[in-house]
Order: sequence, then C-alpha cells, then structure tokens
Amino acid sequence: MNFTLHVWRQKNVDSPGQMVIYPARDISPDSSFIEMIDVVNSGLAEKGEDPIAYEADCLEGICGCCSMTINGIPHGPGRGATTCQLHMRSFQDGEHIYIEPFRSAAFPLVKDLMVDRSSFDRIIQAGGFISVNTGGAQDANSIPIPKDDADLAFDAAQCIGCGACVAGCKNGAAMLFTAAKVAQLARLPQGQPERYRRVVHMVETMDNEGFGSCTNQYECEAVCPKEISVRYIAEMNRDYIKAKLCK
Amino acid sequence: MELDSKIPSGPIADKWTKHRFEMKLVNPANKRKYDVIVVGTGLAGGSAAATLAELGYNVHAFCFHGSPRRAHSIAAQGGINAAKNYPNDGDSIHRLFYDTVKGGDFRSREANVHRLAEVSVNIIDQCVAQGVPFAREYGGLLDNRSFGGAQVSRTFYARGQTGQQLLLGAYSALSRQIGLGKVRMHVFKEMLDLVVVDGHAKGIITRDLRTGKIESHAAHAVVLATGGYSTVFFLSTNAKGCNVTAGYRAHRRGAAFANPCYTQIHPTCIPQHGDHQAKLTLMSESLRNDGRVWVPKKPNDPRRARDIPEAERDYYLERKYPSFGNLAPRDIASRSAKEACDNGLGVGSSKRGVYLDFRDSISRLGKDAISARYGNLFDMYQRITDENPYEVPMRIYPAPHYTMGGLWVDYNLMSTIPGLFVIGEANFSDHGANRLGASALMQGLADGYFVLPYTIGDYLARIPSTPITAGSEHAAAASEVTKQTEKLLSIDGKRSVDSFHRELGMLMLDKCGMARNEQRLKEAIEQIPAIREEFWENVSVPGSGAELNQQLEKAGRVADYLEFAELMCRDALMRNESCGGHFREEYQTADGEALRDDENYCFAGAWEYTGKGNSPKLHREPLVFENVPLAIRSYK
Ligand SMILES: Cc1cc2nc3c(=O)[nH]c(=O)nc-3n(C[C@H](O)[C@H](O)[C@H](O)COP(=O)(O)OP(=O)(O)OC[C@H]3O[C@@H](n4cnc5c(N)ncnc54)[C@H](O)[C@@H]3O)c2cc1C
Repeated sequence: MNFTLHVWRQKNVDSPGQMVIYPARDISPDSSFIEMIDVVNSGLAEKGEDPIAYEADCLEGICGCCSMTINGIPHGPGRGATTCQLHMRSFQDGEHIYIEPFRSAAFPLVKDLMVDRSSFDRIIQAGGFISVNTGGAQDANSIPIPKDDADLAFDAAQCIGCGACVAGCKNGAAMLFTAAKVAQLARLPQGQPERYRRVVHMVETMDNEGFGSCTNQYECEAVCPKEISVRYIAEMNRDYIKAKLCK
Repeated sequence: MELDSKIPSGPIADKWTKHRFEMKLVNPANKRKYDVIVVGTGLAGGSAAATLAELGYNVHAFCFHGSPRRAHSIAAQGGINAAKNYPNDGDSIHRLFYDTVKGGDFRSREANVHRLAEVSVNIIDQCVAQGVPFAREYGGLLDNRSFGGAQVSRTFYARGQTGQQLLLGAYSALSRQIGLGKVRMHVFKEMLDLVVVDGHAKGIITRDLRTGKIESHAAHAVVLATGGYSTVFFLSTNAKGCNVTAGYRAHRRGAAFANPCYTQIHPTCIPQHGDHQAKLTLMSESLRNDGRVWVPKKPNDPRRARDIPEAERDYYLERKYPSFGNLAPRDIASRSAKEACDNGLGVGSSKRGVYLDFRDSISRLGKDAISARYGNLFDMYQRITDENPYEVPMRIYPAPHYTMGGLWVDYNLMSTIPGLFVIGEANFSDHGANRLGASALMQGLADGYFVLPYTIGDYLARIPSTPITAGSEHAAAASEVTKQTEKLLSIDGKRSVDSFHRELGMLMLDKCGMARNEQRLKEAIEQIPAIREEFWENVSVPGSGAELNQQLEKAGRVADYLEFAELMCRDALMRNESCGGHFREEYQTADGEALRDDENYCFAGAWEYTGKGNSPKLHREPLVFENVPLAIRSYK
C-alpha cells in the first residue's frame, strides 16, 4: 500500500512547527501504524535527514507511550485501540494521512509527535495512592471484596495514562484520567480512609496543572483506548462535592 | 575478581531469617544522610525506590521513559506466583521453591530461590493493600489459576493485565514518595555509565533525552533495575526500548556478567508476518490452561484446521508429556514447536506456527466462560491477525521473551562492584537456566519490596554517611560518554541503526537462539565483530547531540549489543551441556531432551571484562544442591 503522510514537525517547544509531507511506499497492510512510520524514518535516516520523533514502546497498547492524533482523532480511527495497535489495513490505499501530537496546554511539546505528560504524574502524586508502607499489610484474604466491586475497580484501573482523553476534549480536560483513579480506589475498602482527601487533592492539582473543565461532550470516552466510562466522572464529582460540603 | 556468594549458613528455611538478624542496620535518624540512586522504575526499581524512601533514605530514581508508569513491566499479562495455598491444593513455600529450582533446570542458587518463595506471600498482601484489583471469586476472596511447570494453582492475576496492575501499584507507592519529596524522580534520563570511586559504585552519568545534556550524579550506592536484554534478537516480545546498556556499561566498569546465554524463548507468540515487523506479540501462557496445542500429522497439510479430523492431529505436548501436557514448561514447549516445524508440520503461510485450539474448552465451558478468562487476549489476537480465535485455532510460534542471565549478584543482591546492587530481570539470580511463568513479577517485587531494602542497609551501615558529591571520576566518565556520543554523530554513514540491529538480531536468533551448536556459535563469534566494525564506519545518525535524538539513543544501545552479543555466544559455546533455555544440539538424550552435565557444568558462569578487544575471563560459582537433589528434569 502507498500513503501520503502529512506530519507535524516541530524542533522543540520554542520553535514554530509545520506540517511536512512524506510519501510512505510499499507498506504491508498487516503493518502497524508505528511500523509504517519506522519505514519512513529508516528512509529519512539513510538520507541523513532528521527522522520523525515519536514515543512508542510496548507496541501492544498498554504502556501508554504512543500519542498521535491521526486524521484529527487521538489514536486514529480504531475503537478501543492505541496508535500502536492500529494496522494499515484500516486505511485506504493512496490515502492522505494527517499526523499530529496530542495537543493540550498541559502537555508541552517535546519534539514533533512527542509531548511531556508529567502533569498526569503530578495528579497521581497528589493522592492517587493508598498510604501503606511496605510490610504493613495484613493477609490479602482478610479483606474480602465483592466480585462486582473488584470488577468495576478493575475497569477504572485499566487507564494507561496516554492522554487521549485530554487531546480529544475541546476543553483539554483531564477529568476522565483523574476520575478513573479516584473511582478505582473509592470502590475498594482499602481506599476508604483517604477517599475524600484524595479526591480534593487530585482535583485541585488537575486544575492547577492547566487542564480544562468538563462540559459533558463525552469525547474522552469515545477516544479512550481502554473505553473507560464517563460514569466515573460523575462518581468523582459526587465525591468531590461531598468532600467540600462536609469539610 | 573473587565470587563470594555470601550464602548464610544453616538450614535453608532459616537462612533468610537468620541473615536479617545478622545484618547491620542504619539508625533511623541517619538514613536520610545516605543518597541512593535507583536506575529503572519498573516493578523492581519502582518498588525498591518507594520502599527505600519509606525507610527514610534519600532516593534519586531514573528512567529513560517519560514516566515511571511506562516501564516494560506494564506489559506482563498472565500473573504472579505466590505460595499462599489459598486453593488448598497442596502448595507450600517448599513446593514453590522446589518447582522453581527444578524449573530452572538446577542452575540457580537454592538459598536465593527459597527466600523468593518465602517472601512471595508478602507480595500479594502488599499489592492488595495498595488497591491492586486482582481477580476474585464471588465470595470476595482472591482467585488463582495455574501456569506452566506447576501442578498447583498459585498464580494470582488481574485479567490479562497483571503486570499493568502491579506496576501501577508500585508506581502509586513511588508517586506518594515523590509527592512527599523523599524521592527525586528523573524522567527521560538514560544512564550511560557507572562511576566507580576507589572500587565502590558512587554514581552514574546520564544523558537528558530532551536536551542532550550529559549529567553526573553522585550517591552512596547505586541500584540497577534496568530490565532484560531480549531485544538483542531485535524481534522479541519485549518493549522496543528494552536494552542492555546500563548493565553492559557497569560490566565494563568491573561488574561480572553471569550466564548471558540463558535466554528464554516463549512458546506462545503470534508468528512473524513480514520484514518490517518491529516486535512480536506474546499470547499469555495462561492460554495453555484451556487451549490445546497441535499440528497436523501430515506434512504440508493444505486443509483448514477445522477440516482436519481428530485422528490426523498430533497433540504433541499431551502425547510427549502426559502429566503436564499443554502446561509443560516454556523451554520444552518451545523446543517441541520448533521440532514440529522443522519436520515440516508447521501451519500458516510461513509454516513457522502451530495451533493453539480452544474448540474443546469452548464446547465444555461455553464461549462466555472463555471470553471472561481471556477476552482481551482473544481481541488482541484478532486485531493483529484479522482471524477470530473463537472460530479458528490461534497460530502461535516461540519468540525471545526473557533473559535469565544478568549481572552477577551475591545473596545480598550486590554485584562484584561493592555498592552496586542489581535487582529484577537485570540480575541473574533466581531462575537458573529457565524461568517458570509468573515468577518474574514475583522476583522483581520480592527484590524491590522485601530483599534489597534490608541488604542495602547492611552495606550502607558500613560506609561513612558524609555527604557525597561528584568528583574527578565523575568528570572523567562524563567526558567518555560525551566522546562516544560525538563519535556516533560524526560517522555519517549510509545505513540506519535499525538495519544493523535487525542484522544482528537475525544472526543471534539463528546461531544463539532456541538450538545452538559449536559450529554455528563459532561462526557467530566471527561474524559479530564484522558487523560491529561496519557499524562504527557506516552507521547514519543524523541530527545533533544537543536535542532529542532518538536515532542517537538507539545507536548507543545497538553499539552495546554488538559487543554483548559476542559475550552471549562465548558463554553458550563454553557451556558444553544443554540446560533449560540453553539447548546445545550436541548434548541431548535419545528422545531429544536436554542433557545436563552436572559433573562439569554445575556452576554459574560469571564473565569479567578485561578490556576492549581482549577475551573476557570466566569465573565459576559452584552451585550446591542440598535440598532439591539434582535429578533429570522430567515432565513426562
Ligand atoms: C509481554 C510480556 C509478558 C510478560 N508476562 C509476565 C507474566 O505474566 N508474569 C511474570 O512473572 N512475568 C512476565 N513477564 C516478564 C516480566 O514482565 C519482566 O521480567 C519484568 O517486568 C521486568 O521488570 P524489571 O523491573 O526488572 O524491568 P523493566 O520493567 O523492564 O524496567 C526497566 C526500567 O529500567 C529503565 N531503564 C532501562 N535502561 C535504562 C538506562 N540505561 N537508563 C535509565 N533507565 C533505564 C526503564 O526506563 C524502566 O523504568 C512478561 C514479559 C513480557 C515481555
């Protein structure tokens, strides 16, 4: 298959960026999107040109590194899949493909298709944990947890922290990301002691990092590669209000 | 160089308890005077950094990823072992110990493995307390399943994403300490050298991947938790960024590298499809609980799997290993698949594949039950291959997956350089010549949560706590790193870094992969230096060193692989026996099983670096089996 790529090139956060056109030729339909870019990059390197910078590591949709907006959609046309899980057979031969980084004020650009998502880490550092030191735990089976609760906690815990939810939101909100962690821990008995403290600290950090607010468009859920439900946002809001009112 | 394993005396079950009492402690008020560098924040490094900070040490953690949550541990699927015996099926610490020693084909250290089995139970408690959502039964208690090489169900799991959930647990503990200011986290920083001062590890040199800045960091001790080196084969199940650089550069500074040839080829991966493929995808071993492995009895059978009648299928694992069947250990299952394909029985367009068939379990348990167990794996398979595994059998083939070899460490997890500790997949310690499923996660967390935090204290308590700063040794190491970077950028050749990596990988898979022999290993030892030479003359690394430059990062890693691969082949050539993942064709039994030579090779082989262009020197650590008698490993 052959494609024409329009790729966002930007040296660093201080330089201006632009779309640059590259041909991608003789690509196998079974290639993944990343493998297709690697073919283009090998060609560029052999000509002594600067290859396209991008982040990707596990290539199976779990590490959360890849962060490309493809034809206007974070992670491209595949539902419930990351960029690295996208195969070229999902595109038409000869298609023009537009590739940009995940854009958000809270994700400063590093280079080309790579952004700095450490604002997500700071949200977790503010409270996305249970305070238990190593060695202080009781026997695992002394905390029975109803299977349904465990399963719901798991659904929320699947978040890979890629940031598609932010890139897909017109407000650049990180509500789905934050809510997924808040809801996971709020579902579990171990998470109760810090439940209300946690939600307040995480939401405040989220706001301070420059993420926008939620206006219920649900784009986040639509682009989430793990299909995490927006219902967790409602749960987080409920806990947040409770925490604020009871304070 | 002296190898002193420092195994405590006394009965196996008491060694760790006794040793914990005998080790020196650092007074709580003094702990903050010690700086500890932890390189790598996967399961091993993340858990270690968090625990050390909880204890009060000053921790500086590094990873080349943009966040500690992105380490390769995140990709582990199947589960983690622990001797909890919740299912009441006969498990015990001793049985987990026994299975792991036997699974490692008697090439691991008994005392380490026993300690691993002991602390396995604490890991599960710790993770549950952190909120890790393990699979549960309707009664609310934890669920277990079985994995290869065991006849009990001792594997805890979180759907097909156990590694993700465990890593996020460790990451949350680490994040808490970062938030409290007790860990300084350095992301996007790659360690490119170890600094040794007066024979002790005292810091590292890093390159900031965003700005290209070369920086020196000083500390009282250094912990490497930098993962495995399966990507020496180019195509493997590992994440693209996995590499041997940190370990290899420490090796050049004096740390012995043990058993580099012990690599694990995992039996259940999706077969390769084309020339541009960047990695191979693992299908979790847990699938072998319900899937049956078979090939057609007739070579080049053109029929579709469904049209081949029962009598014309060879369920070869069930036939050859009736007591373990489809759950035979990895090395054995992989070799059997290769053998079937070598005999022309392979399936799929490349003929390098065997079937993993769920037809019988779907008719026995129903599609829903199978989907609840493996839904995400089935989806992943379908997404990659465009085939529906509920309808047609999966096609699988072995792929490089895990490296048992690593930097040599003593019982305290300290390398041959005092003050340099190595944990997780990066060390050689617990799996011998073959790792059993679900035991890498166990080892990484055992090292990080429960072993290193004790043993590092014993080292620190013996050295002064005076503040430590970068000195002339740091400056010298930093300037060497800068020189190598400049050299790579100045070659201005014609071939991409990947093309060299691919060439090396194919050579290694062919000559130092699932089956090895003297002649092919000797050929590899001749051919690798030639590739290396061409690399240093003809590699193309565009751009500059003063910015994000991913080709430069890769070039540094491939340069190390081009040296390290030779060490692997030398190790494989030295070991004139077959054991676990190391299969030498010359040494096999009449029915094709691995033939160990306990008389001559019952040792861990630790290699000392002797300078550029010189042959490495072998040191032997004898392995003594007092509790699990040396025996032929049989799964029949
Ligand atoms: C697909 C797959 C599935 C698996 N499934 C299972 C399973 O079900 N059960 C099981 O027990 N095991 C499993 N394993 C094995 C297991 O996941 C790994 O062995 C284990 O997670 C390794 O953990 P680690 O902490 O040692 O290293 P890693 O998780 O690889 O972490 C390495 C860390 O080091 C950093 N690093 C590396 N080099 C440098 C450098 N030079 N400078 C700075 N930082 C550096 C990286 O950024 C990273 O943070 C699986 C492996 C794979 C590939």
